[in-house]
Amino acid sequence: MLWYKNEKFWTTFFTEIGVEYVVSPETDRAILTRGEMLSIDETCLPVKLLLGHVDWLIGKCDYVFVPRMAFRHKLQMCTRFMAQTDLVANTFRERDVRLLFYSVGEDKPDAEQEAVYKMAKYLKVKKSVYKSAYQTAKQAQMFFERFRTERQHEKIETSEKLKILLVAHAYCIGDAYIGKPVIGMIKALGCEPIIAEYGDERDCIRASYTVSENMPWAYNRHLVGAVALYKEHVDGIVMLTAFPCGTDSMVNEYVIRTFKDTPIITLTVDAQDGSAGIETRLESFVDIIALRKERGYDA
Amino acid sequence: MTHKEIVACFPHMANYAYAFKYICEQGFEVKYLIPPPITRRTLELGSRTSPDYVCSPFKYCMGCYLEALELGANCLMQIYGGCRLNYYGELNARILRDMGYEFEFFDMAAVNWRSPKDIYEHFKIINPDLSMVKIAKAVPVTFKIIEVLDEFEDFIRHNIGFEVHDGDFDATYHEFLSKLENIADGKELKALSQEYRKKLHAVPLNKPAKTIKVGMVGDYYTVQEPFSNYFMEKELAKFGMEVYRQMNFTNSIIHNQGRKKEKIAKRYAKYALGATANSTIGEAITFAKEGCAGIIQVKSFGCMPEIDAMPILQNVSRDYGVPILHFSFDSQTSETGVRTRLEAFYDMVEARNGRKA
Repeated sequence: MLWYKNEKFWTTFFTEIGVEYVVSPETDRAILTRGEMLSIDETCLPVKLLLGHVDWLIGKCDYVFVPRMAFRHKLQMCTRFMAQTDLVANTFRERDVRLLFYSVGEDKPDAEQEAVYKMAKYLKVKKSVYKSAYQTAKQAQMFFERFRTERQHEKIETSEKLKILLVAHAYCIGDAYIGKPVIGMIKALGCEPIIAEYGDERDCIRASYTVSENMPWAYNRHLVGAVALYKEHVDGIVMLTAFPCGTDSMVNEYVIRTFKDTPIITLTVDAQDGSAGIETRLESFVDIIALRKERGYDA
Repeated sequence: MTHKEIVACFPHMANYAYAFKYICEQGFEVKYLIPPPITRRTLELGSRTSPDYVCSPFKYCMGCYLEALELGANCLMQIYGGCRLNYYGELNARILRDMGYEFEFFDMAAVNWRSPKDIYEHFKIINPDLSMVKIAKAVPVTFKIIEVLDEFEDFIRHNIGFEVHDGDFDATYHEFLSKLENIADGKELKALSQEYRKKLHAVPLNKPAKTIKVGMVGDYYTVQEPFSNYFMEKELAKFGMEVYRQMNFTNSIIHNQGRKKEKIAKRYAKYALGATANSTIGEAITFAKEGCAGIIQVKSFGCMPEIDAMPILQNVSRDYGVPILHFSFDSQTSETGVRTRLEAFYDMVEARNGRKA
């Protein structure tokens, strides 16, 4: 689930330390079906997909890498990220799966670095190698994110189309089953999707404090902060959430109650097939904001 | 002297309102309103005002706040925890304010507990001219109240299925609670608890030497608040089972056994899974080792940590040969469905027991 957030970091890191890696393919029908079969039916969709992806990886590699994270920037993570390593270990217990353990468990600033080093040591990588690999990977991820943010800002300034802010977690946006189809739909409707997730993480988290004092989750703060930063520059906000996302269930409510001057719609994706419902709602939403703009209801 | 204007209120959770009342009235010196007992109306009010798929404890809290505000409470409080609970307070307050209510809100999640100054500042929300000395004095007694409540409830849980006259325990316990409401200090509490400990132990029982034991595990709220699990413990007792439960305020706040339980769960869960998940697993293992015939997990729908604990519980069940029944409650679960599943569970457990004996 953290793949979509730190893709560049991990690919660079594993290449640098000379470890071969296999990445599960984009979510497809088969992965979704396997994931659904393997998981508790109440679990949220991203976890179902995670199990489906792990299922695909088993037998294709020596270790399966499912990182665990409890904190980021001294903020909490959804408990799913704390549990996912053990969840995978227990779900696939009979299949004798070997896990590559990685855990960011404390809210110290260098917890991530420690965790990476610990894992590299376990893989018997030389200290000098993993140290420089960590730095290179960090840089790569940073440049990637900065580039992404800048390109988005360009789009905001230059695009003449209706701009729609798409608010969703990284693992939803990047997923071929959840987020990508919605991005496609927005584009097909002739609008410019602005991805909240692509906003600079630190700026966004800082901005989120103007909205909420106590929100505990790092990822939600990132998104909420992006809403606060971008809302002046977009015509509408789409909140895309995977069913039943625990943190979104509360945060989205708070966002809707806070930003009353921008049109907002919440879309929920679950494991049921069929995108017609979402398409219809998006279409009418876009119609409404287009009309609003035409008639100058902006204030 | 009790402050006149401020009427404080915590949402209901089991019978701990009596402990909250004590700390508020004797420690913070403000009036405390025990919210009306949770009913269907509470839940309906709560569901109507809450986001759709937030976990049900949030809905119960909303319902309790609304009922308390109707009765004149003006200082609401919320606790904090390791999961969504950490964000309850802010959203609770926001929704209620949007509805037009005016009140003070003491949100424990907003307090930096490492800084005494911050704690003091936040306590001032409850009572602007408070005395920390009074609070410090009231805390031990409050803890004592919680311990007594938990001790009595444990005893009742083990025995209520075997009382000779139906309702003996309930009657005695309610009498105790009504007196508990008005105690003034630790001495009175001691006398009162001694008196009722005797009374509870004197309730005539018809308990066989070998009973069927079941363990209850689950998320912090649902396992502790009987209304939210459809009085499951009582239902189980009606079948003549002895009910065990470790999760209560005594074991989680006063004598925190989280670490111990985490250790027991280590074989299954390498890391902390968040909130009560590790405790749930640890408790389940303990129950299984102690010879419980079955384990029941109750949780609110969508509870993240408990769902993550479920695959692990299934492994525990397989390894120890103990059946585990999972219940997930929302505002819509029908009572009949719950009872039917419990009956089937009981039949199964009984049949297994017969086979073993």
